[in-house]
Amino acid sequence: MISQVFILSSKGDHLIYKDYRGEADKDAVSIFYEMVTALSGDQPPVVMSHKDLNFIHVRQGGLYWVASTKTDASPFTIIEFLNRLAALTKDYCGSLCEKSVRMNFALIYELLDEMVDYGYIQTTSTDILKNFIQTEAVTSKPFSLFDLSNVGLFGAETQQSKVAPSAAATRPIMSHRSEQGGKNEIFVDVVERISVVIGSNGVLMKADVEGEIRVKCYLPTCSEMRIGLNEEFSIGKSQLRGYGMAVRVDECSFHQAVKLDEFDTYRILKVCPSQGEQTLMQYQLSDELPCAPPFRLFPTVEKDYGNRLLIFLKLRCDLPPKSTALNVSVTVPVPKSSLSLSQELSSPDQTADLQLKNKAILWSIPRFPGGAQLSALFKVEVPGLSSASLLEVGPVSMSFELPKHTCTGLQIRFLRLSPTHPGLSQRWVRYVTHSDSYTIRI
Amino acid sequence: MTQGLDVSSLFMEMVKASATVDIVQKKLVYLYMVTYAGHKPDLALLAINTLRKDCADPNPMVRGLALRNMCNLRMPGITEYIQQPILSGLRDKASYVRRVAVLGCAKMHSLQPNTEIDPSVVNELYALLRDPDPVVMVNCLRALEEILRDEGGVVINKPIAHHLLNRLKDLDSWAQSEVLRLLLRYCPRSDDELFDILSLLDGFLSSAHAPVMAATLRLFLHLAAAHPAVQADALSRARGPLLAVCGSASRELRFAGLSHVQQVLRSQPAQYCSHYKRFFCSYSEPGYIRLRKMEILVELVNDENVVLILEELKSYCTDVSTDLAQAAIAAIGRIGRTYTEKCLDILTGLLALKQEHITSAVVQTFRDLVWFCPQSTGPVCKAVEGCDETPQDDEGKQALLWLLGAHGELISSAPYLLEGFIDGLKVEISSAVKMELLTSTLKLFLSRPAETQDMLGRLLHYCIEDEADMNVRDRAGLYYRLLQSGPDRTRQILLGPNSDPSMTVLTGRPEEPVSVWASSFNTLGSLCGTGAGPENLPAEDSAHQVHAAEEAELGFGPAEQNLNTEPEEPLSDAAAAELDLTAGPPISHEAFERLWLDLQVVHQQVLEVRRPPEPPETLQAAFLLVKIQTLAFSRADAALWKAYVYSRAGGTLLLAELLQGAPEEPESEGMLLVSIKQQPENQSAVRNFISVLKRVLQTLSSNTS
Repeated sequence: MISQVFILSSKGDHLIYKDYRGEADKDAVSIFYEMVTALSGDQPPVVMSHKDLNFIHVRQGGLYWVASTKTDASPFTIIEFLNRLAALTKDYCGSLCEKSVRMNFALIYELLDEMVDYGYIQTTSTDILKNFIQTEAVTSKPFSLFDLSNVGLFGAETQQSKVAPSAAATRPIMSHRSEQGGKNEIFVDVVERISVVIGSNGVLMKADVEGEIRVKCYLPTCSEMRIGLNEEFSIGKSQLRGYGMAVRVDECSFHQAVKLDEFDTYRILKVCPSQGEQTLMQYQLSDELPCAPPFRLFPTVEKDYGNRLLIFLKLRCDLPPKSTALNVSVTVPVPKSSLSLSQELSSPDQTADLQLKNKAILWSIPRFPGGAQLSALFKVEVPGLSSASLLEVGPVSMSFELPKHTCTGLQIRFLRLSPTHPGLSQRWVRYVTHSDSYTIRI
Repeated sequence: MTQGLDVSSLFMEMVKASATVDIVQKKLVYLYMVTYAGHKPDLALLAINTLRKDCADPNPMVRGLALRNMCNLRMPGITEYIQQPILSGLRDKASYVRRVAVLGCAKMHSLQPNTEIDPSVVNELYALLRDPDPVVMVNCLRALEEILRDEGGVVINKPIAHHLLNRLKDLDSWAQSEVLRLLLRYCPRSDDELFDILSLLDGFLSSAHAPVMAATLRLFLHLAAAHPAVQADALSRARGPLLAVCGSASRELRFAGLSHVQQVLRSQPAQYCSHYKRFFCSYSEPGYIRLRKMEILVELVNDENVVLILEELKSYCTDVSTDLAQAAIAAIGRIGRTYTEKCLDILTGLLALKQEHITSAVVQTFRDLVWFCPQSTGPVCKAVEGCDETPQDDEGKQALLWLLGAHGELISSAPYLLEGFIDGLKVEISSAVKMELLTSTLKLFLSRPAETQDMLGRLLHYCIEDEADMNVRDRAGLYYRLLQSGPDRTRQILLGPNSDPSMTVLTGRPEEPVSVWASSFNTLGSLCGTGAGPENLPAEDSAHQVHAAEEAELGFGPAEQNLNTEPEEPLSDAAAAELDLTAGPPISHEAFERLWLDLQVVHQQVLEVRRPPEPPETLQAAFLLVKIQTLAFSRADAALWKAYVYSRAGGTLLLAELLQGAPEEPESEGMLLVSIKQQPENQSAVRNFISVLKRVLQTLSSNTS
């Protein structure tokens, strides 16, 4: 059971404090903050104990979400609860940051009051909670030029307004005023995280994909939704269906609300989505990717005359030509004694700089179309360069985002709501692949 | 208020404000009251009227809200006001109010802990276990658990257990894990019932909710404690979900998953071997997760994946964070105890980077390697010789010094390296480094006197005359007097074992039974820094052991106490009379000498073998293989060659002297004479010991002849 729940900003300001059992002092908050800031790098911070009080915390949105308990509770339960609390806060407030928590403190207290009683978790389901939550969310909208561009010229329908803006999914689920709530939208996102290790000889050493299907629902009434996946979708190694491009995952688990009676034959998931964000399905695939890894790197590292190190990188994007990778950044570790960098890049929108703190070159490419190949030449000034210093270059790590692309090939064939709201609801299906860890050895 | 400001002076206004119809305002006022009721009990009593009125509101939400907050007012004397509303709340139509009322019973009990438990309330709560609302049911369990804590918590008998198991599907995941935890208390009457329960729970093992999965696994391990095969099956079926947790998007959950995988590995290391790639670190992960992953990777090494794992670990060695880099090097060292050659290549390669923190970590790893696997001594010494960068931190310096002292004869540049340290003595701050320097210089002096004599003199002079630290000065004085008593005596005292005698050639951690850790599965303990388990102990301990061994030689350490307690301990189970030789803690020279003088010879025999011509190191290694530990040898060219060895068997300690060329028995010329002393006596152990000893010596002689 949970004694206290509190939320701290990264600077240690008390944002929310709720004492459920009156067992522990209020000092616990400052004790926690002192402990968590005094930790050295290799100590695990998740669970800490002070006298007989245990602190468990997660970090989300730059905030500390802390629960304290005097009993030996299940760590999974408490961590999952804190994650859920953060997710609910995000659902209700629209976004997760210090400002939104400060502005919506009354709402968060209401949530905490209903979610937990006397330290015992009562309910965290949005469907039930929404009956009890009375406060309206206050949203803070940063001024952005994007909003302006979205206003059609003389009210004309521009191309832009047909595409869901990226901010569309970051608004509170509950809005009683109809100016915003007029939109009955539902988003189904297929999000994959890919982690890859490519050996120095170019051989794929490890490739894992962790994926999930998320639903973010703004529909006020609950109606059944049917999501059709690829028919050739198969789980495990044994059952391959038909010929051609099978979509295969190793393991797959579903949210308990998903009805699977049509899954075996038609690969249809049936669910009554509740408001807010939910993960319907999680799946993993390891080692056998159906397509080539999205990026290949051809590096050359050599000593130039004097104390100069030459790093020539050729980076190829193996995505299909229609896809594009966004926000690609390449991190190349360089010898510890590196001083300065001069670079030759192939286009002006790319940047590269030497981060002295991490001793690495950060090469960022805002847009990288599929099938393209980019190259970069870095000249690094390293005093006392020796052949051993070359060992310090690498492994290269990359981070990127692949919109409209899934590595497993999982697609959503259709998305049907029944009973249908004619013209009222808007349905969006989005695909994105993030890089969890993409490492290329040199 | 929540930001730590004291606003209790507004209490009166708040009491007035509580009589409002606006629910949001009500909630906030109640929050305020609950916080400050303890400070102003008299004023809070004024609010009770409003609260009690709200408890009879037609809206169940208002009823529940008022009841909950009334129970939360933690002040003396409140119980008389809340008792009635709680009792009527228990029979309320709305489940929301019942939920609140049930927990209200627990709150009421905690407000007056010393009063008698009201049996009617307890009975009512037991009856409410049949409530149609699942949350009410679980809340009843929680409330009973608290109220009956002194009597051992809520009673889970067969009807209740089966009722709970049948309702499990209706509960949400939080309640499920709570019920599963409480079910740990139930023990089924028969195997049939047990397997019925297990098959009912089977589906929850692969739950997508980590808390449910972990709670189910814990229950499985607990219930099937008598059926190891069932436990193993449950562990292998939970492997998929557990691996999924290890890759979850939330770092904290990932960490919890990793810690639990570590626990499972303690008894089933083979289960995860093929999934080792899941534990490769990603550069975006925080340090504490990467450290755990490295610890796990070390456990997963087998013949097939060793190359890939080492390659992965090697790439972490150049990490920006020094902690991580050093941990990766230490991990390679741990693997090196089994796969020595591959690891030595990598470690030697790392020395070429010439970075302080890497060099230091590599040298420390070398020291541990040499200590655990004597066969790696040669390559290590060569690597140390080739390294021209010296570590700058205390730990690294001590490790280098130890290596130089213990194996100085194999490192040609040892005297020069030591000289460097001695020249820098004035700026050295750490006394531990100075002590280590003293010991290793003296050791090196014993093996290479000509090159070391001068610097030893300077060192001792400085330490005795100018040193401020008492320990260092005492140590220097001790060594000085030791040297006065002659080099042989010094050697006898100073040269201890250079490797861990309790280690055999291949080290594998034995698989622990599941029950060792099952009780701490899915608890906070496993996530705390201290609960990391025994896997990282050997590495940390080795340095300590090295010192302990040395201290013991000097007669400071606890070895004597070990000696006195050790032989008595196994006596209790000596009925098994297991006569195989076993290695125990090393015995210091002094303790050996004292025992040798105290005891009588129990057995003397001429072994029909000659002394093998091998150098003493080989002889020592050979003896170690059969668990005979060596204390001292004479020099190979001595006319009267002696060796002192000891071992343990069947609860006794055996001390033996091997003698060649004894004057009183000229007819056994060239043959070895063995004299055995024993404590306590056990003839069969002696016979066994002699046969083992003879076999070893024969093997050695036949190899060379």
